[in-house]
Amino acid sequence: MFYALLIGILAAAAAPLLFRAIGRRVVVPMVLIALLLFVYYCTFLPQVLQGQNLVEQYSWVPELGINLQFRMDGLSLLFALLISFFGALVMLYASGYLHNDRLLGRFYLYLTLFMTAMLGLVTSDNIFCLFISWELTSISSYLLIGFKQADKNARTAAWQALLVTGLGGLALMAGLILISISADSYTFSGLTEQRQLVQQHIFYLPAVILVLVGCFTKSAQFPFHFWLPNAMAAPTPVSAYLHSATMVKAGIYLLARLNPVLAGPDVWHYALMAAGGITAVLGAVLALQHTDLKAILAYTTISALGLLVTMLGLGSEYAVKAMLVFLLAHALYKGTLFLVTGCIDHSTGTRDLQKLHHLGPGMKYNGWAASLAALSMAGVFPFIGFVGKELLYESTLESLLLLAVNFIAGVAFVAVAIIIGFRVFWRKATDKTQLQHKAGFKLYFPPLVLAGIGLLLGVLVSSVPSPLLQQGARAVLADETAKLKLSLWHGFTPVLGLSVLTIIAGMLVYSFLPAIHTRVTALQPVYKYGPNAVYHKLFEQFLVKAKAFILWLQDGYLRSYVMYIMLFFCGLLLFTLQRDTPGINITDRIYQLQEVRLYELVVLFLVIAALVYLLGTRSRLTSIVVMGLIGYSAALFYILFGAPDVAITQFLIETLTVVIFVLLLHKLPAFTYLSHQFKKYKFIAISVLFGSLMTYVMLLVQQQAIPSELKKYYGKMSYMEAHGRNIVNVILVDFRGLDTLGEITVLAVAALGIFSLLRLNPEKGGKP
Amino acid sequence: METLLPLMVGSLFAAGLYFILHRHLFKVILGLILFGLATNLFLFVVGGLTRGGTAIINKHEKVAVEPYADPVPQALLLTAIVIGFGIQAFAIVLIRRVYQTFKSNNLDELRKENEAH
Repeated sequence: MFYALLIGILAAAAAPLLFRAIGRRVVVPMVLIALLLFVYYCTFLPQVLQGQNLVEQYSWVPELGINLQFRMDGLSLLFALLISFFGALVMLYASGYLHNDRLLGRFYLYLTLFMTAMLGLVTSDNIFCLFISWELTSISSYLLIGFKQADKNARTAAWQALLVTGLGGLALMAGLILISISADSYTFSGLTEQRQLVQQHIFYLPAVILVLVGCFTKSAQFPFHFWLPNAMAAPTPVSAYLHSATMVKAGIYLLARLNPVLAGPDVWHYALMAAGGITAVLGAVLALQHTDLKAILAYTTISALGLLVTMLGLGSEYAVKAMLVFLLAHALYKGTLFLVTGCIDHSTGTRDLQKLHHLGPGMKYNGWAASLAALSMAGVFPFIGFVGKELLYESTLESLLLLAVNFIAGVAFVAVAIIIGFRVFWRKATDKTQLQHKAGFKLYFPPLVLAGIGLLLGVLVSSVPSPLLQQGARAVLADETAKLKLSLWHGFTPVLGLSVLTIIAGMLVYSFLPAIHTRVTALQPVYKYGPNAVYHKLFEQFLVKAKAFILWLQDGYLRSYVMYIMLFFCGLLLFTLQRDTPGINITDRIYQLQEVRLYELVVLFLVIAALVYLLGTRSRLTSIVVMGLIGYSAALFYILFGAPDVAITQFLIETLTVVIFVLLLHKLPAFTYLSHQFKKYKFIAISVLFGSLMTYVMLLVQQQAIPSELKKYYGKMSYMEAHGRNIVNVILVDFRGLDTLGEITVLAVAALGIFSLLRLNPEKGGKP
Repeated sequence: METLLPLMVGSLFAAGLYFILHRHLFKVILGLILFGLATNLFLFVVGGLTRGGTAIINKHEKVAVEPYADPVPQALLLTAIVIGFGIQAFAIVLIRRVYQTFKSNNLDELRKENEAH
């Protein structure tokens, strides 16, 4: 399974190169790769159908539980087959759709990358593995939505999709990690075994919320549904593949995968049913208000995703079966309809419902495909959509509310099916829409195949899809005995009555559609407060606030930076000091004052007086001299406390500094008064705070003398080993000789810098 | 003196920081020098003050005899002072250069200049 993914990634990387080498024929190897993967996943069928789970494992970072672990069960296989088969068709379709695009190679790169990531997502058993694939699908979706980079709408939509699904992905990661902490397992199979631990853990509720945010953003559930219609800015093959058949179902897949782990407590079921139900109704209602074919399909997709989530939330055996069948049916018919819409767009240059009439004669094959898919969508016998719809009704018979949700969505689906399957293609009209060109083989073959499979699977429902779906249901329910025996004809049941009723209601809605379309303008003000508007407002505000914050924090003044650093340092110091440090022993301190010698006091007062003078003076020369005075006083202190070498160095350095200053003084500007009165006090306060804190620290440290091992070591060894009596010198040139070499290097670099600064004249072209 | 020296070093720190926060480049350099001086003294004080006894082994002994000052902070200080000097010299030359190029040593004006470009 891992090698299959590697092949996918390699194929993705090779796509642009192949395009450069063989031009538009790049489609052949890409379709073949997808088909190869499809065949490869088909080889799993016999084992999986017998109920075996195939496992594959490679260590990556075993200490952290991050491993390449793959697992194939019914649910994974169902998705993998769907993704690879659909992938092959979309690859073929794309070469027809983007036949003149110079970036076709790049398109295949993104598309293949997405397919691989999606396959990785559905086959991985390790949560980190899944998360990486999850994020990869988000990123490739971003790249694909924004494929027409010149279009601003496409860029905005891509950015929006990435932000929404990316933030959801972060929440998901947090949720998955919480779950795995609570059960101490990093694989879905392990988590399923430890479900008791997960559900009783205190992390259960936060984990569920985080996981749901992740899945809802990915699967466009209310209130995160708004990115999906905007994502229709992508080229149509992308909309068909990512935003209807596969990627948006990744959230559904993960919910189904986690169902055995998290299902049980009420919160899981109610959250799913509530979000799913609202989404299903909202999508259905919004779909009827639009006239753009792609927008209509996008909103029905949202509605369908809502139904899937609702069924998962219901969680009964029936509901899970209904979910799986409907998922398969939806992928087939919605993919077809999207592809057909792409053809219409391609051939006529418009997707507006009101401009499209009687396309059938010109686009025969596409018309058939659309009609077949529409029949499946409307849930007409004997399509697989019919089976799905029957199961949906059957599983919700006990709850009137959910039944109503199903009914509303169903009615909308019927109305939309009539629009696309009948009105656009076959309804006789006086002003027939002119085709700019005919749709070629690549554009009508893939939808026709998909629609045909929808019919075929419906007729053969009891023999072909049934066994695989049964294994899928067992994986979702974590119940090895779950039975799923599909049959096309259930007899004359109340459910059949409901189906018929739905179709009749759908026809009624369809006949009122023109009236609805003229009235929706009245609803426009409401959308100003919708999630999409909220998103844009938040986004703008975020940028404005971030800019203001950055300008406030990093205003480009050196003193602000120094001030922030010092304040933070003081804060840290105060925090540490107030926690658990003893106070200063004041009586001892006062007692110590008696030992002060007079000459020490003289030097000390010299320093203080010099400082005070320095603060007041405005003459450069005086300040340099006073600086020298302070330096010399420091040197005196070094002598007094047993450090003659340090003192000599200090004397030397201080003299040199004064000399350099004086030499360059005539080149320096005079002091000018530059500070504002108010800021001055602020700076004084910070300086005094910092100075007193340092004093306090010194006093504290002095109180706790630590016996130094190093002192003893050097005291003993410097004559015995290095034959030198001046210990400090011995340390510098012998024990730590290399450090001194480093120090010399630093000085040499500084000297080089000084030299170039003095000699280099950038005004004269950089030459000395 | 153990009590008074920290007070002095603290005021050196305060004065150094105050100058660094100044707008005039020349004063910033003065502040840097003061701050460096204060840091050196800080190390020296924290390392332990010993009156009289230098870290030098007497002629007739083979090992150092207490009381003698801790040589480790002194070695650190020597390095710090020398490197500090390198920085000071570089900074002094730098402000000269800045003044030559921009005809100003006011940091705020330099920033405006930068924005104008």
